[in-house]
Amino acid sequence: MVNHADLSEKFNVDEPRVNWHDETLWWVRQKRDRAAKQIPEWEELRSVASSIKDNVLSNLSEYLAEFEKNAKQNGVHVHWAADADEHNQIVLEIIQSHGIKSIVKSKSMLTEECHLNPFLIKNNIEVVDTDLGERIVQLAEEPPSHIVLPCIHWKKEEIGDLFHKHLGTPAGNADPIFLTRAARAHLRKYFLSAKLAMTGVNFAIASTGEFVVCTNEGNADMGAHLADVHIACMGLEKIIPERKHLGVFLRLLARSATGQPITSYSSHFRKPAEGQEMHIVIVDNGRSRQLGRLDFRNSLKCIRCAACFNTCPVYRRSGGHSYHTAIAGPIGSILAPNLDMRNYADLPFASTLCGSCSNVCPVKIDIHQQLYKWRQVLVEEGYVTKEKSVAMKTMSSVLSNPSKYRLAGRLGRWILRNAPFLAKNRWNLWFKHREMPEAPKNSFREWYLENKVNKK
Amino acid sequence: MSSRDKILSAVKSNQPSRVPIAEINITVADDEDLKSKYLRILESIGGKGQIVDSCDEIQKILSADFDPSSRKIAVGRSWPGFAESFSAAIDPHQLENVEVAIIEAHFAVAENAAVWVTEDRMGFRALPFICQHLVVIIPEQHIVATMHDAYQFIGHREYNFATFIAGPSKTADIEQSLVLGAHGPISMRAFLLRQE
Repeated sequence: MVNHADLSEKFNVDEPRVNWHDETLWWVRQKRDRAAKQIPEWEELRSVASSIKDNVLSNLSEYLAEFEKNAKQNGVHVHWAADADEHNQIVLEIIQSHGIKSIVKSKSMLTEECHLNPFLIKNNIEVVDTDLGERIVQLAEEPPSHIVLPCIHWKKEEIGDLFHKHLGTPAGNADPIFLTRAARAHLRKYFLSAKLAMTGVNFAIASTGEFVVCTNEGNADMGAHLADVHIACMGLEKIIPERKHLGVFLRLLARSATGQPITSYSSHFRKPAEGQEMHIVIVDNGRSRQLGRLDFRNSLKCIRCAACFNTCPVYRRSGGHSYHTAIAGPIGSILAPNLDMRNYADLPFASTLCGSCSNVCPVKIDIHQQLYKWRQVLVEEGYVTKEKSVAMKTMSSVLSNPSKYRLAGRLGRWILRNAPFLAKNRWNLWFKHREMPEAPKNSFREWYLENKVNKK
Repeated sequence: MSSRDKILSAVKSNQPSRVPIAEINITVADDEDLKSKYLRILESIGGKGQIVDSCDEIQKILSADFDPSSRKIAVGRSWPGFAESFSAAIDPHQLENVEVAIIEAHFAVAENAAVWVTEDRMGFRALPFICQHLVVIIPEQHIVATMHDAYQFIGHREYNFATFIAGPSKTADIEQSLVLGAHGPISMRAFLLRQE
């Protein structure tokens, strides 16, 4: 079974590259800070956003029913999928019912979560991801490593080589403008010929049945407006009550994500265009279960800005693929165990619990606290490795018993002074990347008792 | 039970007890003239903007910038001899060679330089996205400070499709280098039109 620590180790083989990755994401985090600081009411906005989401979660079944009713009135087909398989099946059926063989798709983390692309390809449907970053990782046959910046782990020279191979650009050309223009020409052909376009959903408004899709590239709009059929897929937590609440979330989203004041496009889809067909697929896939977990339900407030990724010292140095799940980073680490505790038991431990994620979260999710709580649940339910649970149990027994603690201290000091090779070896995981301390002869307690006696 | 009913009942039984909806009562300091703020932010996101007195002035500026033979299409007022008027008779796919699209927005938002355009102002939904260069005209006095004001303006107005457009389309997916012109317009020009 893959785990975060092993995958991070692979990522860390190339140290300069890790530093580059780290600095790139930190730069995005700094842009977020600059944008937030230009809004004096920023903290107030975060609080309001978080409390709107409290209301949404407490009234979700009603809002969903209201959204469905209004969307249907708008002439939109509404589908419900209990899990990833049902979602994929619904999408496939819509595609097949129109006899379509090739589709365009703008960014949707939900379809990544459901592994839609491999499913459609298996069913002989060509899927073309149209977000530039997503197209790059698609050509490279990789999943995105970041939900907002899918190919943040790629260097421009590598993209140049990839485009040379797949799009026929001149070898050795790694100019971002040139490569972007090449992708523009390449994808335009697909936009102009696709009969069906898929998009994600950033926000769905209960009171009007409309949904909002935000992009910078314009790819969601190019796809949706030029196709005969538009399928939009949304997790059921994307609901907000009214249009006016968009005012709050659209102020927060792009500033938190990339430091922009707003994305280039925030498109409000309410009714299909003349002659078009529009579908919405509302997906549960574990969300209703997470809603029932008191400690973790706040994770459903997430608006997928990825600010927690960019600030996370672990994410920046381990890369998105080390999380082996569609949504990486701190938020992904609290969403994934809900889907599969066994497979993702490693993720809540992929954190220093420094709390920076919670501090930048635009909807004030207590991310680091949830990571800490997941650790307890996972240990209790027996999902952590033997080594970890034995180490934890030993630690707990030593730390809760003073005479054992003293004995362990004495033993540790003796080893470090007389047999350091027992501590300084490659089997001691703590010794990796760390110096072992110089051991004093006595513990503080021994020193204290001695000095106290002498004073008397 | 259908998936719909299963999902809704699972959500209902797992949702916490009702929390009242928060009022949005955010006060914003109006420290800067809205027009100059709008133009400043627009520039920072890769757009270009200026205040003009008339459509003649706009036409003069655009004539200097764009090849007279390039295809220009306008929705709303007519630009005889300069841009073709939008016609519903064409297929949106035929807009592929449009060099310049001229549309008129309802209003602009100073804090993020977004302009609000509803479907009836686009001709085709695809037009503001498929053109190489987008030109947007906004009545000079129609600038609001924030997105809160924007949604107050929008209120319960009907539209089938509408969008906020903020600058040209862009991407920074290749090593975080900002490139203007991803799939949509390579440039976006806004004209704040003084009351004629």
